[in-house]
Amino acid sequence: MTDLPTRSIDLKAVLSGSSPTAAKDDHSEGMSYLQSVPRRIVTLYLPLAIIVVILLFPFYWMALTSVKPDEQLLDLDKYNPFWTWNPTFKHFHKLLFESYYPHWLWNTMYVAICATVLSIVASVFAAYAIVRLRYKGANLVGGLIFLAYLVPPSILFIPLATVVYQYGLFDSPLALILTYPTILIPFSTWLLMGYFKTIPFELEECALIDGASRWQILIKIVVPLAIPGLISAFIFCFTLCWNEFIYALTFLQSTSNKTVPVAIVNEFVDGDIYRWGSLMAGALAGSLPLVILYAFFVEHYVSAMTGAVKE
Amino acid sequence: MADVAIPRAKPQMSEDSAWTQLKHNRNWLGFWFMVPAMAFLIFFLAYPLGLGIWLSFTDTRIGRVGHFVATENYEWLWDDSIFWLSVFNTLLYTFVASALKFAIGLYLALLLNENMPFKAMLRAMVLIPFIVPTVLSALAFWWIFDSQFSIISWSLKHLGVINQNINFLGDTTWARICVIFANIWRGVPFVAITLLAGLQTVSPSLYEAATLDGATRWQNFRYITYPLLTPIIAVVMTFSVLFTFTDFQLIWAMTRGGPVNATHLMATLSYQRAIIAGQLGEGAAISSAMIPFLLAAIMVSWFGLQRRKWQQGESND
Repeated sequence: MTDLPTRSIDLKAVLSGSSPTAAKDDHSEGMSYLQSVPRRIVTLYLPLAIIVVILLFPFYWMALTSVKPDEQLLDLDKYNPFWTWNPTFKHFHKLLFESYYPHWLWNTMYVAICATVLSIVASVFAAYAIVRLRYKGANLVGGLIFLAYLVPPSILFIPLATVVYQYGLFDSPLALILTYPTILIPFSTWLLMGYFKTIPFELEECALIDGASRWQILIKIVVPLAIPGLISAFIFCFTLCWNEFIYALTFLQSTSNKTVPVAIVNEFVDGDIYRWGSLMAGALAGSLPLVILYAFFVEHYVSAMTGAVKE
Repeated sequence: MADVAIPRAKPQMSEDSAWTQLKHNRNWLGFWFMVPAMAFLIFFLAYPLGLGIWLSFTDTRIGRVGHFVATENYEWLWDDSIFWLSVFNTLLYTFVASALKFAIGLYLALLLNENMPFKAMLRAMVLIPFIVPTVLSALAFWWIFDSQFSIISWSLKHLGVINQNINFLGDTTWARICVIFANIWRGVPFVAITLLAGLQTVSPSLYEAATLDGATRWQNFRYITYPLLTPIIAVVMTFSVLFTFTDFQLIWAMTRGGPVNATHLMATLSYQRAIIAGQLGEGAAISSAMIPFLLAAIMVSWFGLQRRKWQQGESND
């Protein structure tokens, strides 16, 4: 690439913040000691604090709104809008017991898991075939799959709606389970191709000599070694499914079949001036599962994100 | 010994059935391994893509099979001022949001690359806007930008900056600013974290060497960081432009294209025409009209940055 020395991207280091140890690789200490403390506050901590506060404020506001009593929501002069001393769970109660919300959560989860599992299985086979079987035209197919990644859902939803209708899948979760893989397969195939390339070829050769079939090699050697990659792909695909909006909005009709994002936008937005509490409670409850998942698998997220980009 | 072994092995080889030979044939195996992925991509991606272009040349409506009308839909759109407004909006939205996402994202990546306490936690927190479903955070923005109870209006009023509430999503200019802001807010973490991954591949000793030679911080950035980051910037920005251009959910959740179509993007307009009004043909024409723009956007961000690499005398890898 260049004549300057570069290290390969160490994905775990991106989040674990291990660049101090990385700096020691070449026996240097970094140059942060050259900066005085006041200078660092102005050039580093202050801008960083501003950006982080802006990035996180909507979530704080979401959470605060969802526990505020109604009268405090709309009366900004009598109460301090930035805090509440008497939180209420009324909005969550309304959400869980007086609406279809549990239904919607279940739908979203069901669709996301099914679509993700389908896509990962298909991608494992495809990625293995492209990287290791190297059949005729494998590179071309790899390129085409990357191009498929660049086709956005917003130019596909109209023809897909007619296709879904023709196949009799309209207003059924199956419509989403079958269409989401078009977004997920290109991404996860590309990600897994990167992982499979890192598995030493010699392992497979040994197995071939010992008489293993390609199927056995894939199941017993390649897949177990690619578990971190599979987890990354799985979590990221799951997030993408949860986040998907336009297909769910177009293909689903009845209230009880909807997914969380679509349902909140369509069902909660009525003329009620007090809707904000339950709206924000719904948005918060719909985000929490993903945030919790994220908290446990931060490194896998980042490797999925950067993994697909670096290829 | 070898002389004995070879004649024995030979008959065994020819005894392999056609099935066994097929089982070891790369192309045959490769074909079957590709079937599941290809089936999905052909039936639900390639076929609809073609069908969409075909639909744009018909007068199909919901519940009625269309007839071929040649370029009538496109001629209709050519004279449609709302369509041109949506094209303008989309270009404005994409250009402003992508440029700012890049600038802020790069700045944030540089900040996060410094040594500081709680680094890992900070980096994890920065990514949260990217994790939360866009629609749900867009709803939070909808509430933050509410015309009556906006917390921003309230704060500015108490600081004495303004006297009246700002009508964030009701005024055309403000509505555009708000949706662009929300898009930047959502996109910055992605740009920052991917660029950060790129930054970490740059060895710190390069900066030390440059600093010893008298390079300023800006020169460090301009002549070390930026050239080494160029490939990853090209990819990140291609994705960023692409997803900004085809954005739908953020707009739909915040403004639905209003006020007076000021925030209608091509994607939202095609949804409105095709699904809500039922004019599938016309909607398909609008979304097909996005394809040339998309190709152009990909070309510009991809080749534009690639060329810069050649100009610096680097190999094109």
